[in-house]
Amino acid sequence: MAVLLLAEVNSGELALDATAKAVSAAKPLGDVTVLCAGASAAAAGEAASKIDGVAKVLVAEGDSLGHRLAEVTADLIVSLAGDYSHICAPATTDAKNIMPRVAALLDVMVISDASAVLDAETFERPVYAGNAIQTVKSKDEKKVITFRTSTFDAAGDGGSARVDTIDVPAASGLSEWVEDKVAESDRPELTSAGIVVSGGRGVGSQEDFALIEQLADKLGAAVGASRAAVDSGYAPNDWQVGQTGKVVAPELYVAVGISGAIQHLAGMKDSKIIVAINKDEEAPIFQVADFGLVGDLFTVVPDLIEKL
Amino acid sequence: MKVLVPVKRVIDYNVKAKVKADGSGVDLANVKMSMNPFDEIAVEEAIRLKEAGTAEEVIVVSVGVKQAQETLRTALAMGADRAILVVAADDVHNDIEPLAVAKILKAIVDEEQPKLVIAGKQAIDNDMNAAGQMLAALLGWGQATFASELTLDGDAATVTREVDGGLQTITVGLPAIVTADLRLNEPRYASLPNIMKAKKKPLDEKTAADYGVDVSPRLEVVKTTEPPVRSAGIMVESVDELVSKLKEKGVV
Repeated sequence: MAVLLLAEVNSGELALDATAKAVSAAKPLGDVTVLCAGASAAAAGEAASKIDGVAKVLVAEGDSLGHRLAEVTADLIVSLAGDYSHICAPATTDAKNIMPRVAALLDVMVISDASAVLDAETFERPVYAGNAIQTVKSKDEKKVITFRTSTFDAAGDGGSARVDTIDVPAASGLSEWVEDKVAESDRPELTSAGIVVSGGRGVGSQEDFALIEQLADKLGAAVGASRAAVDSGYAPNDWQVGQTGKVVAPELYVAVGISGAIQHLAGMKDSKIIVAINKDEEAPIFQVADFGLVGDLFTVVPDLIEKL
Repeated sequence: MKVLVPVKRVIDYNVKAKVKADGSGVDLANVKMSMNPFDEIAVEEAIRLKEAGTAEEVIVVSVGVKQAQETLRTALAMGADRAILVVAADDVHNDIEPLAVAKILKAIVDEEQPKLVIAGKQAIDNDMNAAGQMLAALLGWGQATFASELTLDGDAATVTREVDGGLQTITVGLPAIVTADLRLNEPRYASLPNIMKAKKKPLDEKTAADYGVDVSPRLEVVKTTEPPVRSAGIMVESVDELVSKLKEKGVV
């Protein structure tokens, strides 16, 4: 059996953490070939070849693959699919855009957000915002899978896989890139950060969210937010942690002014240590927290920043 | 132009899903069901296009159990013009997979010839996030997923997408599929007069067989279990105690 794994490549650079986690998820399924696609992908291919457990790297570099539009990237993967029993990717927004399209073109179901590999055709995946775990067995000839990276450890380095360059399909003409608005930040990326500090509705305003950011910066952490905080306009959507946002599992997760709605817990309950700070002692977040502190965040957080 | 919006009847957003003791699935008997929240946003967006004079007709479609007609009536009460119910299951516990749904929707698109399909990005029951992309693939159309802003201009749609790290704007030529993310709009509530009016709007009832689509699942659900429970930890009394606990654990 052989696995084709679509690496996460952003502006020519390999997203190592997400890709290496998907590699460790995919390894039990067979020899892993990593596909690096993009307008510039050679450097990403080099980096992917060093991930432990990668058997081979394919670099598809061309303007048509710029910004990894779903249509052309799916066409590329389908053109390679004949050689593989499993086609997979880390469950990033890019892969969630592309992989269901690949699956439909191959007339197979997609297995989204798989959180465990039981055997070559059986996978676990969270459903109902993580309130249930489904074990599914695929009857399809080829399996198309996205892996929830937060539940897999990243594969190490030390690999030296062969890197081949492959042909690139023509642009689909169906969609065109206009612009990216990527928030510039020196903070670690939310899904791979070792520490995440998140704020909720309790923070009360966009201005006061600066307090959450100060605590994050003190800890060298990424900043997250609950859906309630995002909906209220306190924080941008790409900070959202939860069922409809990002799923994180850092070493330390600090939830500030977050009540702990089901949909938020779905995005962070696999964190190693959870700290909750909330003035409502009945808040459900305390039921999953390792350390809970009841108090007004506007006195607790500045105090915490000072004492850390 | 016509706009087609698929809607799914799912467990209500505010109800906590309970796993059945025998591991056969999530218990949906006597549970409040509602329109999938992302689909409500999709319906709202289509109605706004009609109100702006860009769309002439909004058709809503649901694939599932017969009771999904309640979901369709909700969409009609919000302002959709007519509905198509495709009965594909007789038990609410029998979830129709996105691939089968996409095949049925393709057949309906072939008949109705909409220039735009707006779908929710994800159903909050199976959390697959797939039907829109799959429909786009089967139709050979362009796709703009996770939309937070949609503008139509002649034969193209400009869509801002919610992606990891920020926003991406793309244009897709019509016909196309757009899938709605949370911030696309805030769906309206249906007024009582509109709920009454919706009862008289046309609702066609079909079956999966009418479209020649086999809905048998490709993924066999072997079992459904409760997620591992996280045991509650301890309450600390002060910031000092919190800091010392975190230092003990070596995380700060």
